[in-house]
Amino acid sequence: MSVVESDVKTLVIDEQEVSGRRGQTILEVAQENEIPIPTLCHLEGLSDLGACRLCMVEIKGSNKLQPACVTTIFEGMEVTTQSERLKGHRRMILELLYAERNHICSVCVSNGYCELQTLGQEQGLTHVRLPYRNPELRVDASHDRFTVDHNRCILFIRCVRVCSGIEGAHVGDVLARGIDCIVITDLHEEWGKSTCTRCGKCVQVCPTGALFDKSKIGSDHPKDPDFLPYLNLMREAR
Amino acid sequence: MSKLKLATVWLDGCSGCHMSFLDMDERLLELAEVVDVVYSPIVDAKEFPDEVDIALVEGAVASVDDEKKIRKIRDHSKTLVAMGDCAITGNVPSMRNPIGPEAIMDRAFIQNASAQAQIPCIVVPKLLRVVRPIHEFVKVDVFLPGCPPSAGTFHTALTALVNGGPLDIPALTRFGA
Repeated sequence: MSVVESDVKTLVIDEQEVSGRRGQTILEVAQENEIPIPTLCHLEGLSDLGACRLCMVEIKGSNKLQPACVTTIFEGMEVTTQSERLKGHRRMILELLYAERNHICSVCVSNGYCELQTLGQEQGLTHVRLPYRNPELRVDASHDRFTVDHNRCILFIRCVRVCSGIEGAHVGDVLARGIDCIVITDLHEEWGKSTCTRCGKCVQVCPTGALFDKSKIGSDHPKDPDFLPYLNLMREAR
Repeated sequence: MSKLKLATVWLDGCSGCHMSFLDMDERLLELAEVVDVVYSPIVDAKEFPDEVDIALVEGAVASVDDEKKIRKIRDHSKTLVAMGDCAITGNVPSMRNPIGPEAIMDRAFIQNASAQAQIPCIVVPKLLRVVRPIHEFVKVDVFLPGCPPSAGTFHTALTALVNGGPLDIPALTRFGA
């Protein structure tokens, strides 16, 4: 009995008393209790990275902000998910993403379905205070079904993670670091000449218009990543 | 109460924001009761007036001429509104930024010319190296994103600006809307 009790942790998120199981993350417990925390690199069904930093939260007793998606809960934890400080950081992250590459929403295939665009609106972004970098980036349309537009990529590598972790192909990976970082297929081959299995999972999990289906070019291009938790569940059951 | 002086300006954009502004239809009559349009591509005035209450600026800053205009507009306007994505982000005009102005001029005036292929050096203003949003040049008071912002967005925003009421822009519109 005592073992079972110690597996349950009680904590406070935004002044609301909640409980979770040992090993759960702040984000999981918050979502179970319908407390919204913005996320971008996180996707249910994929391994978490803590890369985008949008889910950073304040934890009482610590000066450091922690990413909710990879921080596990502890007994008596007090979490704040919304504050002026966090709002400022989240806005700055989104502005950095917008300024880094060429996100021209009006002519993007994902206009209206883009997670970056939606988050920008939710976080009250009406303009970007930083100068745009305007990098020269390529579009690889060599694949017969899909296209990658590096102008729209925000490098949270959901595509790479789904390709290696779920599809088991590991065709996608990352080349170089920092500002030169780019998602590649195989050893930087054209996508059309790579060992891609043509499953299309990467396209469905891409949060922006960086990966898109050639048959759906236009403004009607919703992504559907909801198959992932289901797929994982079925595999566990097998 | 005397009417507010409204100006609308067209820099490097497609005029779609002005079209959307006109899409307010009968609501324009309601607006005309409280503002005078003192300068706009759709009225006759040639010079930007000395005193404007609200200036709506469509388009990005792409040429030396645009830069001169936006500084003048700022100097003579109480409230400057960046109208639409081109003014706010550079949007479609900024797609030339990674390519550079030389290649653009060459394409437009040399490769596509059917007669007298030459780069113009008079009348056509010199292009800036990169197209930039207007807030990189002057202080902007209100940002109204959208490509274009809808007529409803214009109506709600202008009503709030004229009456000095609260204005929640992210609830109305976003980039690419």
